[in-house]
Amino acid sequence: MRLPPFQTLLDAHGRDVHRFLVAMIGPVDADDAYQETWLAALRAYPELRQAANLKGWLFTIAHRKAIDHARSRARRATPVAEPADLPLAPVADAPVTPEGDLWAAVAALPDKQRTAVALRFIGDSAYAEIAVAMETSEEAARRNVHEGLTRLRKEAVR
Amino acid sequence: MTSIDATNSHHPDDGLDAVAQALRNALRTAGTPPPIVDAAAAAGLLDVAYATTDSPVGRLLLATTPAGLARLAYLDGDNEDAVLTDMAARLSPRVLSAPARLDEPRRELDEYFAGRRRRFDVALDLRLMTDFTRRVLAATAAIPYGSLSTYRDVATEAGSPRGSRAAGNALGANPLPIVLPCHRVVHAGGGLGGYTGGLDRKRTLLAIERGART
Repeated sequence: MRLPPFQTLLDAHGRDVHRFLVAMIGPVDADDAYQETWLAALRAYPELRQAANLKGWLFTIAHRKAIDHARSRARRATPVAEPADLPLAPVADAPVTPEGDLWAAVAALPDKQRTAVALRFIGDSAYAEIAVAMETSEEAARRNVHEGLTRLRKEAVR
Repeated sequence: MTSIDATNSHHPDDGLDAVAQALRNALRTAGTPPPIVDAAAAAGLLDVAYATTDSPVGRLLLATTPAGLARLAYLDGDNEDAVLTDMAARLSPRVLSAPARLDEPRRELDEYFAGRRRRFDVALDLRLMTDFTRRVLAATAAIPYGSLSTYRDVATEAGSPRGSRAAGNALGANPLPIVLPCHRVVHAGGGLGGYTGGLDRKRTLLAIERGART
């Protein structure tokens, strides 16, 4: 198994992974999740069996770290409640920008749609890569992107 | 931003470019990702740290493992990727750019180039050498600063008296030139021989060592 030097992964995908995490859990938690993502990747890297879809593999890890952070935040916020429906969205952290409304709309998307949209347009991922990262089918990935964008367009038009 | 903007053409089927573009714009405020090198080192996951530096003999790449300096490479054109890929295969794929971790060998090199250092003190990791290369380079390391030896003598010292050609090849495969001074080995007949970084560099290194001696 010939794996590229790890730095090439960091150079190629570091910024996109960070942006994906910002979109998923907000800029405050994103920095921690970013470090955790790359450390987990670094730890597992030498044992990787194939290097065909390193990007999908990285975003799978990033996706799991985002979920971990959303869960622990939900636990902090409501210590008694079971975090059944995860409030992944960074509504409170959304930056005040001209795009703020759109940001809030992204934050309000259902989890799978937001994840798929973020992977598509922030991670610049192909549907096959989104499917790997979300551990779902390519068809489901395509559907989630489409439904998420349709919803965003309605918000943008409103 | 180019990597993001350039993605427009990748998604013609989405038909929602305005929204997609606005999404990308919204993330312009995401800021710079934090560095991961220190956390990686603290977790024991930084197997190969490297840096590049300028020198009187051109751009150099230095790489260290927790055991010591493992590689010093002359960078010519675009061989940086090849050097890193080789280390990923032979040492560990956990290779990260980490300039601060090469401060000590860089300082020693600066002193050497300034004529103020005659031997290197940094710990070395010799894993990128075969046993024979290791023996030849051990013999080479015994040549005093500013002096010369011959391929034949180095081969004899390495236990291979008729192997001056093999010794030459071993010197050519030196993963730690300058630090392990294969530039001090020349032909018995007076010719300069070869050098892993080209003869101009060999001449420069020998001139530095002559200059510092006077």
